[in-house]
Amino acid sequence: MKLIFEKSVEGRQGFRNPRSDVGLEGEIPLKYRREKDCPLPEVSELDVVRHFTSLSQRNFSVDTHFYPLGSCTMKYNPKFTETIAAIEGFSNLHPLLPQLNHGEKLVQGALEVLYDMERLLCEITGMDRFTMQPLAGAHGELTGVMMMAAYHKAKGNKKKYIIVPDSAHGTNPATAAIAGYEIVSVNSDENGVMDLEELKEKITDETAGLMVTSPNTLGIFNSDVDKIAEMVHAVDGIMYYDGANLNAILGRCRPGDIGFDVMHINLHKTFSTPHGGGGPGSGPVGVNEKLIPYLPISMVDRRDDGMYYLNYDYPGSIGYLASFYGNFSIILRAYAYIIMAGGEGLKEVSNHAVLNANYIKERLKERFHLAYDRICMHESVFSASKQTERGVHAIDIAKFLIDQNIHPPTVYFPLSVKESIMIEPTETESKQTMDQFIDAMFKADELSQQQPESFHDLPKTTPVTRPDEVKAARDINTNYFQNT
Amino acid sequence: METVEHLLYTKEHEWINIEDGEATVGISDYAQESLGDITFIELPSVGDEVEQFGEFVSVESVKAASDVFSPMSGEVIAVNEDLNENPGMINKSPYEKGWIARIKLSDSEEQSNLMTADEYSKFLVSVG
Repeated sequence: MKLIFEKSVEGRQGFRNPRSDVGLEGEIPLKYRREKDCPLPEVSELDVVRHFTSLSQRNFSVDTHFYPLGSCTMKYNPKFTETIAAIEGFSNLHPLLPQLNHGEKLVQGALEVLYDMERLLCEITGMDRFTMQPLAGAHGELTGVMMMAAYHKAKGNKKKYIIVPDSAHGTNPATAAIAGYEIVSVNSDENGVMDLEELKEKITDETAGLMVTSPNTLGIFNSDVDKIAEMVHAVDGIMYYDGANLNAILGRCRPGDIGFDVMHINLHKTFSTPHGGGGPGSGPVGVNEKLIPYLPISMVDRRDDGMYYLNYDYPGSIGYLASFYGNFSIILRAYAYIIMAGGEGLKEVSNHAVLNANYIKERLKERFHLAYDRICMHESVFSASKQTERGVHAIDIAKFLIDQNIHPPTVYFPLSVKESIMIEPTETESKQTMDQFIDAMFKADELSQQQPESFHDLPKTTPVTRPDEVKAARDINTNYFQNT
Repeated sequence: METVEHLLYTKEHEWINIEDGEATVGISDYAQESLGDITFIELPSVGDEVEQFGEFVSVESVKAASDVFSPMSGEVIAVNEDLNENPGMINKSPYEKGWIARIKLSDSEEQSNLMTADEYSKFLVSVG
């Protein structure tokens, strides 16, 4: 397939800008203006439509294929949420309206969605307040850790370290570092959870907090979390819950009830909105009483007369984390999903997510080494160690699956398991789909015994076949106009 | 997995070659093999103070980004600039041309926290 630049024909046009009726001369200082024309492709509207439709047909997505990408919760996004998000009263709102004089009267519905959603998330998680602003999970983490820092600053605490177990999400240490803390890592014990003895040694008066992903990236729930919370709280540390794996515990366990002070939710994972290449994320952050004063502004509050409004009166606030109020249309889709599922429905979501993961785990462990052989939550981690001895690595199995019309699971993460393959089927997949996946994995195992060399140029069925990943990383060139 | 007799090793798979209060540091054959093709290395600066088992380098491979810890404390006196252009040298020659930095050691006693080649080989067997 040609790049759109290669379809360019000099002088061809698909769109004509309206003539400017304000003189721009003098308005934009010369130094900020382009010296040369921008080399955009010159194509017709039809060229553009065909180009992007053709690209979209090559998509590998949840709508077309099974997507067991561990840690990412790639579940099916029900289409009724799209219908709701398309309601004109939501989709055509101007985001400045609630900030204008009397403007809030015109957006009561949207503000009510944000207000109600906050209460729903509080009920689901046991937290006291939520900010809807963060635009993704890692953005939520940063928001949470900034509030943690504000808390310590306000109390005059001298804090330097954030503790992160090796089974946490990779973004956790990155977040802590960006927020200015030093990272202390704690290893997993033989059960795949944080080593308590090691943790005990590493907690000091300078511990600002602990970031826990539970269930962790091994799909294992840490049943000592209350003890851990006690240890961290004893030095006035803050317990951070990474909610990326919340899909496993809905209606079963509330982070707010077991000692967590702050958490984020990946709405796009647990509450089923399009993500990855399919749409923007949303990472609301919940806090308990301790951290309420530091929440970002604005918050949606309600006046005595029942009117919803944007409240900026949080003097201890860490400020703005995003423009406006977060990814509103994503929050709206997740809100619709929660209302549609209801409390019992959400419990069923987790029941089936866990059941499906255990089904795959039990069947695959005959042929693939299971890193921790115990009941898992929403995902489990295998190692391709047996296959690697035959010269077939986790990456080769991943590429093999693409040719079987299955999105590869997460490979080489978590780092604590060699040649790891992390599988999360989610609750939306049927037994038939999972059986097809298991068959494909068995086929990969058989082929690794018979023809290990046949893996090395897979996949063969895709528009882009096996890339040279080393060259791509060492000599990266993303500029069409620049020849290397 | 290859080890070299006269070097000392850490549990995090770094090696150190000590000569008269100075030392050369790199990562082991096992480390380069586990990382896979290395695509980028962030070297320390000459003059940096490093602590024993403290982070001092990060490497990226097609599989992962990973920290490299200094086997002993001291001051960085030289770095292998060639690795900026050719990080794959660590894969090809982890114990020689793929050396990472030279350190002026501040505490030779720290040697006792390291493993000999023989002990390291046994350690590798134990971690599978």
